Amino acid sequence: MAKSRPVQSDLSPPEVRTKINKVRLNESFSTDGLLAHAEQQARDRHFEDYLIIDVDSHHYEFDHWAEIADYIDNRVIHHIATVLPTPSTVLNAPPMYQEMGDRIPRRIHRKLETTPGPRHREIDVTLRYMDAMGIDYNILFPSPMLNLGQLPLAEIEVAMSRAYNRWLVERVLAEEPRIKSLLYLPFNDPEACVEMVEEFGDKPGVLGFMVVAVHFKPVHDKAYAKLYRMLEERGLSLAFHASYSWDAEQSSRQLNRFLSVHALTFPYYLMVHLTNWLINGLPELYPNLRVSWVEGGIAYLPFIMLRLDHEYMMRTSEAPLLKKLPSDYMRDMFYTSQPLEIPSNPKQLKPIFEMINADTQMLFSSDYPHWDFDVPSRIFDLPFLEENARRNILGLNACRYLGLDPDSLPLTKFKTA
Amino acid sequence: MEVHIGALTDLEEDAQTIVRRDGIEIGVFRLGDELFAYENKCAHQGGPACEGKIIPKVVAIVGEDRTVRGDDFDETEMHFVCPWHGWEYDMRTGCHAGNPKVRLRPIDVIQRDGEVYLNID
Repeated sequence: MAKSRPVQSDLSPPEVRTKINKVRLNESFSTDGLLAHAEQQARDRHFEDYLIIDVDSHHYEFDHWAEIADYIDNRVIHHIATVLPTPSTVLNAPPMYQEMGDRIPRRIHRKLETTPGPRHREIDVTLRYMDAMGIDYNILFPSPMLNLGQLPLAEIEVAMSRAYNRWLVERVLAEEPRIKSLLYLPFNDPEACVEMVEEFGDKPGVLGFMVVAVHFKPVHDKAYAKLYRMLEERGLSLAFHASYSWDAEQSSRQLNRFLSVHALTFPYYLMVHLTNWLINGLPELYPNLRVSWVEGGIAYLPFIMLRLDHEYMMRTSEAPLLKKLPSDYMRDMFYTSQPLEIPSNPKQLKPIFEMINADTQMLFSSDYPHWDFDVPSRIFDLPFLEENARRNILGLNACRYLGLDPDSLPLTKFKTA
Repeated sequence: MEVHIGALTDLEEDAQTIVRRDGIEIGVFRLGDELFAYENKCAHQGGPACEGKIIPKVVAIVGEDRTVRGDDFDETEMHFVCPWHGWEYDMRTGCHAGNPKVRLRPIDVIQRDGEVYLNID
């Protein structure tokens, strides 16, 4: 009896992966080489006797983007479109206008930055900005992966986020105590979120977990109860990180400038989850779970406080878990400071700071290297801040939110490795 | 105090020259034979405003029917852009392109016999 060939399930995963890679790797490629069998078919069937017209064929035009872009008539669009060798600044959905062409060039230039090693380049580059700004410790988040929640394929979000979290924990957090993180949660898959906490919750540098706000899943869904209980029991923090979507909503598709999209949708998605979090009584169900709302600025917070308190007073029966006003629960949560929307008279910020208990609940954040980052002096220079409030916002509030003992965190100012 | 920074011919158009002296940084811009200089400190968060991209003002093209037909560059008003966050300044005045009440600190530029001097207080 002939020996049966091993089926794929008989092989260990690494061996299968190797076999697939070996099949697909080619050192060279030619179209006529790939289609040699088609040519043989053409000869065998004497296609030379037939008029054959192909009514639908394609090419990959972006291989010649620079040539094509030169034909763009509008000079402003031409500028935006030709910043990169690919047309991603104009043609991706959504388009990538954050840097306004090359007005803010660091995203393009960052790849040119060299590091001496032997530490991982990401550690060196991250520590450079921290040292330049006088920052001792940071919470490091990904950038393009903030869009993962919008993928229709939940399994991709899970696979990519697990891979990224593993990489970050092993290659960065384990190697540098000044860099910490709240790891990405694939919120489209509640079970995978729980597994993520189980796998990474006790790893060095992991202080909690983060949900990108552009997820279309209600935070109060029972499916997330186990996740929240686990985070609370383990003393891990939870963050909701703002992001944008230009085409996920009918309303945002009406906006024709990134200025408008950024202004509205960043806080909007936070407001949706914040509203659900409050009105569905999650602060009562998980009273010891430390929650922060990240990168929405602060201008939206008075609106939500006023609006929800007003509605709650009229519709109390719709929020039976609440024992106090929504704004009172908000003053127990944490809010990062960036982008700090300082008016021309900075003293006009003071009432907002008082409304949100900024002295004890605001967390300085830079958002560096993103296009609208804040330096620490943005907080430090506020004329109405008392010294203790300044110190709280710059670092001590973060210790409370993240469960850190400030006495165990040596200052690292202006020290390089 | 007058500080000599070189000959006019040393200063390129479409490129800024950054001068550092006594703890102050100054950006010098050339438009034809005119020179403009400002303290290299953005009014926003203190970034290196004079070191950013030089680019014409963007204007909207409005048709007779008062609809916007698109945007274009207006080379009669040259700007420079702070590389930190994109705050954009009029090269001639140092005023913010969107809010003229906000302005970089101007530095007097003196041209004498083909040489350029900055008057630094």
